[in-house]
Amino acid sequence: MAEIKNYTMNFGPQHPAAHGVLRLVLELDGEVVVRADPHIGLLHRATEKLAEHKTFLQALPYMDRLDYVSMMCNEHAYVMAVEKLAGIEVPVRAQYIRVMYDEITRVLNHLLWLGAVGIDLGAMTMFFYTFRDREDLVDCYEAVSGARMHAAYYRPGGVYRDLPDSMPQYQASKIHSAAAVKQMNGNRQGSLLDFLEDFTNRFPKHIDEFETLLTDNRIWKQRTVGIGVVSPERALALGFTGPMLRGSGIEWDLRKKQPYEVYDRLDFDIPVGVKGDCYDRYLIRVEEMRQSTRIIKQCIEWLRNNPGPVMATGNKFAPPRREALKQNMEELIHHFKLFTEGMHVPAGEVYSAVEHPKGEFGIYLVSDGANKPYRMKIRAPGFAHLSSLDEMSRGHMIADVVALIGTQDIVFGEVDR
Amino acid sequence: MAAELSTLRTRLTDLLGDRMVGIEESLGELTVVVKAAGMLDTLTRLRDTAGFDQLIDLCGVDYSTFGNGDWQGKRFAAVYHLLSVAHNVRLRVRIFAEADDFPLLESVTGIWPSANWYEREAFDLYGTVFIGHPDLRRLLTDYVFVGNPFRKDFPLSGHVEMRYDPEQQRVVYQPVTVEPREATPRIVREENYGCN
Repeated sequence: MAEIKNYTMNFGPQHPAAHGVLRLVLELDGEVVVRADPHIGLLHRATEKLAEHKTFLQALPYMDRLDYVSMMCNEHAYVMAVEKLAGIEVPVRAQYIRVMYDEITRVLNHLLWLGAVGIDLGAMTMFFYTFRDREDLVDCYEAVSGARMHAAYYRPGGVYRDLPDSMPQYQASKIHSAAAVKQMNGNRQGSLLDFLEDFTNRFPKHIDEFETLLTDNRIWKQRTVGIGVVSPERALALGFTGPMLRGSGIEWDLRKKQPYEVYDRLDFDIPVGVKGDCYDRYLIRVEEMRQSTRIIKQCIEWLRNNPGPVMATGNKFAPPRREALKQNMEELIHHFKLFTEGMHVPAGEVYSAVEHPKGEFGIYLVSDGANKPYRMKIRAPGFAHLSSLDEMSRGHMIADVVALIGTQDIVFGEVDR
Repeated sequence: MAAELSTLRTRLTDLLGDRMVGIEESLGELTVVVKAAGMLDTLTRLRDTAGFDQLIDLCGVDYSTFGNGDWQGKRFAAVYHLLSVAHNVRLRVRIFAEADDFPLLESVTGIWPSANWYEREAFDLYGTVFIGHPDLRRLLTDYVFVGNPFRKDFPLSGHVEMRYDPEQQRVVYQPVTVEPREATPRIVREENYGCN
């Protein structure tokens, strides 16, 4: 009888289930994981160091590129940090716009997550279903900022501009006839808010479709129920936040517990898990999409009835109005100084966190009064989650590691920074 | 919130006693600076008595060029962001390492297991050594990386660059050919600059 020894297997960095560039050194006993050692940093771009060499405004677009499936939420934490440190008052309309786009981003993130995890665990159809809805939301990004992913739409002091009155239209092409294009543009005739309202009306039915495919699916349940169970105490000790913490049964959501912007005026519920396994985390994310749709609806209603400014006033942090810029020397100088030298944020330190789709995303900003941050630390939720992969995967099969990485919702832009 | 913070402030002053070097409340956040000596005991008290059950973040800071370079204190610090889920309150703890040339702190992995990777990251980027860490390896940089990239004396463009050498038919490292460039100079203005 041959002696059986543990062997080591290299998983990634190029593996479709690694959700990016994760290299995982797995020590296996047969098919059972004895130790998992994630090697990260393959996407390390030193965002924090780069930000130390850029003005506060120039550092903003780097935020989009951290967690590149929930772009605006990253920006939100950053602009909130700068606003808190500089004491900028944000107009209410801008706060509503930000909350609405945060929730759009949450749906975007969860849709991508659901599609990708579906593929990982063998449900191929999910990807097509979720990307159909993602397309509409990405169009909303495009309508407001011109970019479909890296929006750079939030600014310290508000948002870059008000919501547009029209949506981008499809054009006739070799593939789509004029009649087909007319039908595709059917819900794009009104403003962005009309388009979004149409989306929120049809989206709950689409979530039902996703659930029909997965929630009671026997194969799906075999792959997720009882996999990667984390107790509430352990979840706290390991630094879990967001759906990972709520999956373990701890009711903790920054939108409710430490409300920022206008979340305390909105009506929504927080789903909490019972067992702390992959299936609970799946259910929570699906329910969060429903709750986000509710929040978006309330924001649309408010934004329709309350026009107003979307950017703070005061020339030290916000650019002057365009008309004033053309007529007034002083405004011109302010504009020039703001975009060359940048804003001077008072000395001090601040930590501001938002409830990102993946968990608590925080920015720790140290300023010494210069026009650049002295130190910026990005607290990425995925970093803490991935560091627990070793503990979570011990005793599970290799195939379960895929389910674990999947439900941890890892994106390497934020883990490696 | 403000009332809670002042209560917490009094409690912490009693709890930590002379281990505390300073306490500051600004922008609705509480920061305590504690001594590096006996830090494990201090932080265990914060977890067990004050109820900070979660370590949200841990990061290194290099203060050597703070302000206009007139920083008088110690160079390296570790900043701990604690969160109490039960009491819904946050606390920032800053601990300065005693020696500037070889920053040394104790590992808190025994108190909060989530510190594991955060300490590896701070070790990697700042060279801060955490005594008692189970597996203190580099985390984010390359396997053969030399230096601590987030220290203020480490240039933004680094020291080496990597390219494929067609003659040797392999990837080689060479000194950087990038000219260091700063588009916007860093300026600290006097107070109330331009406000008159």
